[in-house]
Amino acid sequence: MVFLEFEKPLEKLYEQLDKIKQVGEEGIVDVTEMMRELETKIRNTRKDIYSNLTGWQKVQLSRHPERPYTLYYISQMCKKFIELHGDRCVKDDKAIVGGLASFEGQTVVIIGHQKGINTKMRQYRNFGMANPEGYRKALRLMKLAERFNFPVITLIDTPGAYPGLEAEERGQAEAIARNLFEMAQLRVPIVCVVIGEGASGGAIGIGLGDRVYMLENTWYSVISPESCSSILWHSWDYKEQAAEALKLTADHMFEFGLIDGIIKEPVGGAHAAPEEMAKLLKKQIKKALTELQEMEPDERIEARINKYANMGVYDTEPSDVPKKEK
Amino acid sequence: MGWFKRLKEGIQTATRNKKEAPEGLWYKCKECKETSTMKELRENFFKCPHCGHHVRIGSHDYFDLIFDGDQYEELFTDLRSKDILGFKDLKPYPERLQEAMKKSGLTDAIAVARGKVNKKNLVIAAMDFNFIGGSMGSVVGQKIAMAIDYCLDTRSPLLIISKTGGARMMESAFSLMQMAKTSAKLTQLAKARIPYFSLLTDPTTGGVTASFAMLGDINFSEPAALIGFAGPRVIKETIKKDLPEGFQTSEFLLEHGFLDFITDRKDLRETLSDLLNLYDL
Ligand SMILES: [Zn+2]
Repeated sequence: MVFLEFEKPLEKLYEQLDKIKQVGEEGIVDVTEMMRELETKIRNTRKDIYSNLTGWQKVQLSRHPERPYTLYYISQMCKKFIELHGDRCVKDDKAIVGGLASFEGQTVVIIGHQKGINTKMRQYRNFGMANPEGYRKALRLMKLAERFNFPVITLIDTPGAYPGLEAEERGQAEAIARNLFEMAQLRVPIVCVVIGEGASGGAIGIGLGDRVYMLENTWYSVISPESCSSILWHSWDYKEQAAEALKLTADHMFEFGLIDGIIKEPVGGAHAAPEEMAKLLKKQIKKALTELQEMEPDERIEARINKYANMGVYDTEPSDVPKKEK
Repeated sequence: MGWFKRLKEGIQTATRNKKEAPEGLWYKCKECKETSTMKELRENFFKCPHCGHHVRIGSHDYFDLIFDGDQYEELFTDLRSKDILGFKDLKPYPERLQEAMKKSGLTDAIAVARGKVNKKNLVIAAMDFNFIGGSMGSVVGQKIAMAIDYCLDTRSPLLIISKTGGARMMESAFSLMQMAKTSAKLTQLAKARIPYFSLLTDPTTGGVTASFAMLGDINFSEPAALIGFAGPRVIKETIKKDLPEGFQTSEFLLEHGFLDFITDRKDLRETLSDLLNLYDL
């Protein structure tokens, strides 16, 4: 088990539990009662910790090395999955996966960022940071979905689009922009879920949809707390403050009307009970698809565009232009 | 040609329209270090008379350069940014906004105007870099959305002039969602077959490049502009190598297939006029 900084009290309790277990195995003392007490204590401590998470703690949770990723959820939610590779132009991006899947008795196209599950795989997946080819592969699959009237599901989990030399040469910005443009008019339902990190353009590049949800312990922002700290505080040390200031949690995003709902995570986070998490995720996606499939494509597209057109908060004032200071 | 005359009139008229141009009587070029008078600079389309460097100018300078007879009507001037997050870094966001307004004489990082180019209607949304780095928040997104609605109503073509460091961090996810909002709204223009021209000027980076700036029916640029998704510093830190000469310039983007052409600022008005004629508008 990997314990995050704020989970340290739990780690201690687990250590105690291990010791008592050992004593119990020696068979001299009956430890049943002690173990029961300790387990209750663990449960309550976990509940306490998890009911008061700060923005930064949720950012840490969203990056937990044991957190389930896209391919895990696909394997749990879909009966059959055939992964489809490549953008048909340059290469197959390993940071975004996608394919045809059987979801609750219907064929869907499911696409998501994919992080690696160990050191070697993290490199292979480029830490979930896609190049333009990833976004173009995603678009190719979405157009395929549109042609055959398959709904689209996207799972978002990225620290950002990859800021590399080749990424710029091959048009990272154009690839993301093109996806936003095409997703706005896609004639099939699109359901998006932030399952981990929702960092900026890299996230929204597969994140424009009829319904957008966030898992409880995820974040969505225009910039990571670290980069925000470095730019606005001129230091890397203010990531906690930046995480608070950016109001990047699912609760904030829902309150602002920028997402359509929050999917609860099991106590202890998605990684504490991945199968249960996958069930909850599947349930929400199924519900959303059922609602969306009752709508006509044109009606759905109009509602989708209106939803985004209404995002933004501003004041209106008399149209005097302020005087410039000397 | 009316060019010279128009620019001369520009000098005599309100200085309000010259916000981003360097102040004072003299201009020292940051490229070639030569000096010229402000008058010479203005008469040369805000390009260095010695080396042709395109000086960063503001929205109203572009309106003056492009619209017939300096005449245009600014639209949607009553929108103001709002601090919905209660954002505070080293300074509270409302304070930053007030300072930016005082410093620039502008109300936000974009201005929208309608006017004519060789008698043809055009709506221009032009960004101002000296308002919090030309950053895109809710107001920028909303003004673009309203400009698009205006174009749909009047069947006017749209030109967006980008000049920006990207998203406005102080508006966090609201800023991010403007990428989706502007791109989604642009699809309505495309469906109505109303042309959208995107002019990318120095600099155009981040979430703006990754949304409306790259979505023009025609994407074009001024020479030697910095255009990219990630900033050069971030890329350098990521790949731990020096970046090649000319990386992320207009010329680089043209070579890699992301721009239709590059136009010198002195030809900008003619180019737009030609496009409007060819589109038969
Ligand atoms: Zn010069």
